[in-house]
Amino acid sequence: MKARVFVTLKPSVFDPQGHTIVEALHSLGYRDVADVRQGKFFEIDLNVAGPAAAEKLAAEVADRVLANPVIESFRVELT
Amino acid sequence: MTFAVVVFPGSNCDHDAYYAVDHVLGQKARFVWHKDTSLGAADVVILPGGFSHGDYLRTGAIARFSPIMPAVQEFAAAGRPVLGICNGFQILTECGLLPGAMLRNRDLKFHCELVNVRVERTDTPFTGLCTAGQVLRLPIAHGEGNYYAPPETMDALEASGRVVFRYSTAAGEISEGANPNGALHNIAGICNEGRNVVGLMPHPERACESAVGSADGLVLLESVTGALAHQGALQAVAR
Repeated sequence: MKARVFVTLKPSVFDPQGHTIVEALHSLGYRDVADVRQGKFFEIDLNVAGPAAAEKLAAEVADRVLANPVIESFRVELT
Repeated sequence: MTFAVVVFPGSNCDHDAYYAVDHVLGQKARFVWHKDTSLGAADVVILPGGFSHGDYLRTGAIARFSPIMPAVQEFAAAGRPVLGICNGFQILTECGLLPGAMLRNRDLKFHCELVNVRVERTDTPFTGLCTAGQVLRLPIAHGEGNYYAPPETMDALEASGRVVFRYSTAAGEISEGANPNGALHNIAGICNEGRNVVGLMPHPERACESAVGSADGLVLLESVTGALAHQGALQAVAR
């Protein structure tokens, strides 16, 4: 099974990279881009049977390693 | 007195820490490889600055799972002094010995400069010889030193007097202009509840001789040496 994990800064945490990107987009004339939040994306191969086990394992490694729960939140998608 | 300096792949201030302890302070320094599982003889543990594991994933995120870290956790839990400098501070937050996390500097720039740091607390083993409000001139060299903690953690840190160092002006004023990275409450360093684990972004070990621009950092190493000598004398009297 494969899983995708998306890690982003929590909404309450200022994202200096996203802020810089949106400012650059505005200077290019993309005035309709209201905000950008930069994050991380992981593709994970899992040697487990069944989507439930895959989701559980992906969420566990995301919580323990891939994301820092103090500043980040994550979302798991199975593919 | 023996200082154990933990070396991770990508540490680059391990030799600075060793030099400061061995050549300037005149105490014994030992390197401990991150794959070791024991600290060996050690009175103080230093997690040095650098870019452990290339800062992959997040700063300190991989180093926290190093085989040596359970021994560091145990050393800290026994109330013994642990100092995390720069990347060492980042590792301490990742492994949970200190609260909070580091974000990218607010201007996204890597800051390599001398800054002023005000000593807020003298009741830690690393600041016992400082005076409260003393301003130290120390170098910083980091891209991710923008200290963040959720509001309830910030309140707890402030209420329990665990902010040990703040970025300030030369006169000791805490201002936005004196904050190089956007850290909340100008935080440059904090300690744990037991006050024996201290982490800071500035590099005291790189400021131990006036020939390199500042000798203000030496007081941290002298403080812990003094604190341990005092503790040893008390134990000898008790026996």
